[in-house]
Amino acid sequence: MEQIVFIILGMSIVTYLPRVLPIIVLSKTEAPEWFMRWLKYIPVAVLSALLVPEILVSENVVNLSLTNKNLLAAIPCFLIAYKTKNLFITVITGIIAMLILNLIFAYV
Amino acid sequence: MYSEWRKGLKAAVPVIVGYVPIGLAFGILASQQGLTVGTVFLMSLIVYAGSSQFIAAAMMATGADAVSVISTTFLVNLRHLLMSASLSQHMKKFSTKLQSIISFGITDETFAVSGSYVQNNIATEGYFLGLHLASHGSWILSTVLGGIFVSRLTDTTKWGIDFALSAMFIGLLIMQLKDKKGLLVSLCAGVLSLILRINLNDNYNVIIAAVVAATIGVVTERWSK
Repeated sequence: MEQIVFIILGMSIVTYLPRVLPIIVLSKTEAPEWFMRWLKYIPVAVLSALLVPEILVSENVVNLSLTNKNLLAAIPCFLIAYKTKNLFITVITGIIAMLILNLIFAYV
Repeated sequence: MYSEWRKGLKAAVPVIVGYVPIGLAFGILASQQGLTVGTVFLMSLIVYAGSSQFIAAAMMATGADAVSVISTTFLVNLRHLLMSASLSQHMKKFSTKLQSIISFGITDETFAVSGSYVQNNIATEGYFLGLHLASHGSWILSTVLGGIFVSRLTDTTKWGIDFALSAMFIGLLIMQLKDKKGLLVSLCAGVLSLILRINLNDNYNVIIAAVVAATIGVVTERWSK
């Protein structure tokens, strides 16, 4: 329990610093231009790095077959996200897709 | 002043609509992974960063050490640097104390709203505080409610809620992919992360893959000029 509170405090500090420092510092100075361009790629890079193993790996092996529910549920999410550009609808699509896949897998 | 607060609260509505299902899902998942409602509350109150909270809960459940959870959180949330940097140009007149309070509420979603608002409007203290307080409040409330309901919905994996995080990543990723260079960075990060995950079998795949892929992005920009 104490360990968890310690982790959360650490998370809080490392999350707050990137939120607060640029505002405090950059409202007074300018950051190097190459660094701003590097930062621009970080969201896409982090999201991709998180997502790909999440969808493709099950029990430490890459599973590209139809038995991979995460991969199957991801397909309608990509389509809906691309069509609607709406985070809420994409999340609901993912939940419903997984719900349906769970029902199908339970009876097959 | 009052009307500026109202503008901020109104601007928070789409953010809240997005937060509630994800917040409920986080509360439920975190509880399933052994976190108490109090822990969920504390995390939502002082960390307040959706995807990193999901990741941290999952990592804690697999027994990851504090250093890897905190460093992954740092890297996942490093993207706020750019949002903060971008907003800094519109907060030059605010006091340092006010800047440090407002900056706590920067998330992908609040920035999506405020970042476009400040392009055409003068952002005020009231606008930011209204937007950020309402958004943060809804996040805390929905995650705690999710944590409380877990006892009634014991096996939520059947409900498909366990896929909410991946779906959110997909949504955020698609919205941020705007050109070929972004796509290149995305593919590099994804493939590298996958390779590292399978071979290293620890939680540093995300950090390494993202740093390398973002660097590849900047370097190819140089080449293509």
